[in-house]
Amino acid sequence: MEGVATRVVLGLWTALVVLFLLFPIALIVVYAFNASNVQGWPITDFSTRWFGAAWHDDEIRGALWLSVKAGLLATGGALVLGSLAAFAVHRFRFFGREAISFLVVLPIALPGIITGMALNRFFATGGIDFSLWTIVIGHATFCIVIVYNNLLARLRRTPTSLVEASMDLGADGWQTFRYVTAPMISTALVAGGLLAFALSFDEVIVTYFTAGAQNTLPLQILGMIRQGQNLPEVNATILAVIALTLLPVIVSVRLTRETGVLRRR
Amino acid sequence: MERAVAPTVAAGRPLWAARRRLSQALWARPWLRAAGLLAPPLAWLLVVYLLSLAALFLNAFWRVDEFTSEVVRDWTLDNFRTIVESPSYRAIALRTIGIASAVTVTDALLAFPLAYFMTRMASPRLRAALFVCVLVPLWASYLARVYSWRLILSEEGVLNWTLGKLGLPTIGVGYSLWAMWIVFSYIWLPFMILPVLAAIERIPDSLLEASRDLGARGLRTTASIVVPLALPGVVAGSIFTFSLTLGDFITPQLVGGGEQLMGNVVFSNVGIAGNVPFAAAYATIPVAVMAIYLLLARRTGAFEAL
Repeated sequence: MEGVATRVVLGLWTALVVLFLLFPIALIVVYAFNASNVQGWPITDFSTRWFGAAWHDDEIRGALWLSVKAGLLATGGALVLGSLAAFAVHRFRFFGREAISFLVVLPIALPGIITGMALNRFFATGGIDFSLWTIVIGHATFCIVIVYNNLLARLRRTPTSLVEASMDLGADGWQTFRYVTAPMISTALVAGGLLAFALSFDEVIVTYFTAGAQNTLPLQILGMIRQGQNLPEVNATILAVIALTLLPVIVSVRLTRETGVLRRR
Repeated sequence: MERAVAPTVAAGRPLWAARRRLSQALWARPWLRAAGLLAPPLAWLLVVYLLSLAALFLNAFWRVDEFTSEVVRDWTLDNFRTIVESPSYRAIALRTIGIASAVTVTDALLAFPLAYFMTRMASPRLRAALFVCVLVPLWASYLARVYSWRLILSEEGVLNWTLGKLGLPTIGVGYSLWAMWIVFSYIWLPFMILPVLAAIERIPDSLLEASRDLGARGLRTTASIVVPLALPGVVAGSIFTFSLTLGDFITPQLVGGGEQLMGNVVFSNVGIAGNVPFAAAYATIPVAVMAIYLLLARRTGAFEAL
């Protein structure tokens, strides 16, 4: 439909933007294998020894473990709360229904520092000590929207006539849920859960205010970058973090592939 | 109204019968089901989140005792007075809003042509590949993406090395406002691309064909059809670019070279200075900015494009 010149210009622009998007990540990958202690460019020697060093670093290990625990628990919480809200909004018409979508998106729509500080004050004034659970509460709060949006989008695409047919055929509410609704929404739930985990695993700002003295993996890395210590270990750890956040996302995108932007028109 | 049940099947199995009775009772009372579904998430968000926000807001009107460093619950507007009267706090607020605006405009300009190319010109396979190229930096660790720009922009980094090879003078943008602008534009770009992509994708082909049939050229069609219809997507994306920049204190710490944004003021008052009431008062600025922004955004239909 458009002229050749437009195509070429837009194609070129796209290529440049993609280069801008990917170059820094490619650089991180290369730096993770930098043998030297010095962080300059170009890199002369390559080695995988920093991965081993990072893996055997007790602080990094402890932080990784804390991040995994917090991520799993927050994802669980977000799955429960997000799906309940999505079902309620999908199935029922009630006063304030529009406000629900607004309410769930608020924790990530507001600047992270606000959410973080608000929760920090909540725990401090409530006399709640900072622990794994305060991190989990914070993460679950902003992960709800991920599950909610994923599930609501799926519910809106699945015809309600299937549920009605199941009821007409004599199935009770549980059976309808088990044999009709659950199979239709399972991939959306898994996808939402994976995204929520990735979001939680990588979060820094809210975590900073809800973690107290302990370090999740991103907080550990941030501290190391600030102090300029063990930068080679930072490089290796950061590559591992990228892998750990991208992996669930890739699976999640595959699970929801027939929908979203990738569908063929 | 009596609903059709299968009594023969249910009979003799008390558990099943009970379940069926429960199921029917719930089916007959939709408000009960709605309340049951809604109560836990609503309670969570209201208690944990809105209550927290309210607590934060109250803090803004309290003060810290100079000697004991304890928060004193006297009602005062001193915190706000300090902010309004201090030139440096005003400057930081303006600088932050300025950077957030610059980042938003930059990202919109970068995203729009890419999104148009992806949806209207690329083959399905290329489109899928490009989609991955956008998703990878969206989900690859936030810290990693900021950190990698330190490697690029630093004195001995990739940028200066490349400039040196090309025989150009080196530049020291490493730790500055410029670095913040570049890094923020980089890390939030995928947040802009995705909603713009979705918005452009929703434009029906028939509208573009009609425009062409009526004699409009490419540029005219873009200006009169594509841009207005994609605008909700751009606004939806800008909610993220704007809000994320307003609340960030890590990027300024890592690449800002001492230039402070609002996030840093709040951060240092919560942490080192231990003046939570002042931090809370200062934090009302980004909240107010975002509230106004969200209200304006709502009018463009951006919430449907999120």
